[in-house]
Amino acid sequence: MNCIIIDDEAMARAIVRQLCSKIPELDVIEEFDNAISAIKFLNQQDIDVIFLDIHMPGFSGVDFVQTLKDPPKIVLTTSDTNFAIAAYEYECIVDYLVKPITQERFEKSIAKISSISSQKPQAKIDSKQDAVEGEDLYINIDRRLIKLKLQDILVIEAKGDYIDVKTEKEEYRVHTTLKKIKEKLPEKLFLQIHRSYLINFTKIIDIEDNSVLIAKNVVPISRSNRPELMRRLNLL
Amino acid sequence: MIDQPNLNYVNELAGDDVEFRGQFIDIIKNEFPLEKEEYFGHVSNARVKETAEIVHKLKHKFNILGMENSYKLAVVYEMELLEGKHDSQSKFNEILETIEEYIKTI
Repeated sequence: MNCIIIDDEAMARAIVRQLCSKIPELDVIEEFDNAISAIKFLNQQDIDVIFLDIHMPGFSGVDFVQTLKDPPKIVLTTSDTNFAIAAYEYECIVDYLVKPITQERFEKSIAKISSISSQKPQAKIDSKQDAVEGEDLYINIDRRLIKLKLQDILVIEAKGDYIDVKTEKEEYRVHTTLKKIKEKLPEKLFLQIHRSYLINFTKIIDIEDNSVLIAKNVVPISRSNRPELMRRLNLL
Repeated sequence: MIDQPNLNYVNELAGDDVEFRGQFIDIIKNEFPLEKEEYFGHVSNARVKETAEIVHKLKHKFNILGMENSYKLAVVYEMELLEGKHDSQSKFNEILETIEEYIKTI
């Protein structure tokens, strides 16, 4: 079984690598000190098992798991036992190892993985977003129905009982909710990255920390929406 | 009374693997002083969240060095910090000094 180790602490990675070295069927092919680098790697390489630290700064183990569309088996490694119940909500998480991990407990975990019927060992990021061309949206402004090309919409922002629809040339205020307009928009093109913002995913210029730049609009990314955004990025 | 650090866990894990043992000692000798310095930097600048983060990181080392009671204290201290308290600070600082002295001997 090919595996990778993700842990922000060098000491913890060394320990898991040592534990793996005593199991002939385990082959550690890479280790990472952050989840983002691992996502990039998983976009290129199929692996069978991830040993994942749940508590990492910035992008946590739970964020990471939510990012994977078709995850391999994941074994969490942490000292925070209070994460255990939440962890088992994810089908891909097959075990939970509390640090310091003993060889005996580690071997039990590997035996458990081996006994579980193997899923497709693939962790691909759903990166290809097909453009939706030729589709329109009619918005009601002062009893006039104005046609907007979906491709021209950059950002939609919630403003109380209204939404602001921003295109490259114009900005329209419409009496509706973000939830309602979201239902009308194709998921392939639009993504909610904050409770007050929908963005045209194809118009992203760059992403920095917790915000996205679309034309001249800096749009915040909420913590809960970040994993889905990361999942859809075509990361190199 | 602060429990004394030891390499029992690491020795058990290493077995005859001298290379791993050496690698582990190198890591702790390199990482611990930096993390300790980072901790005191956050404390002196009253950066509570960052202090809690580094306490979280340091407590793993207590565990690995067989310091069960110190680990428990660090868990409490981390929670205290997140609640705006720091009753366990002086004991935690003593643990750091104890480890610093210990790693000079390995």
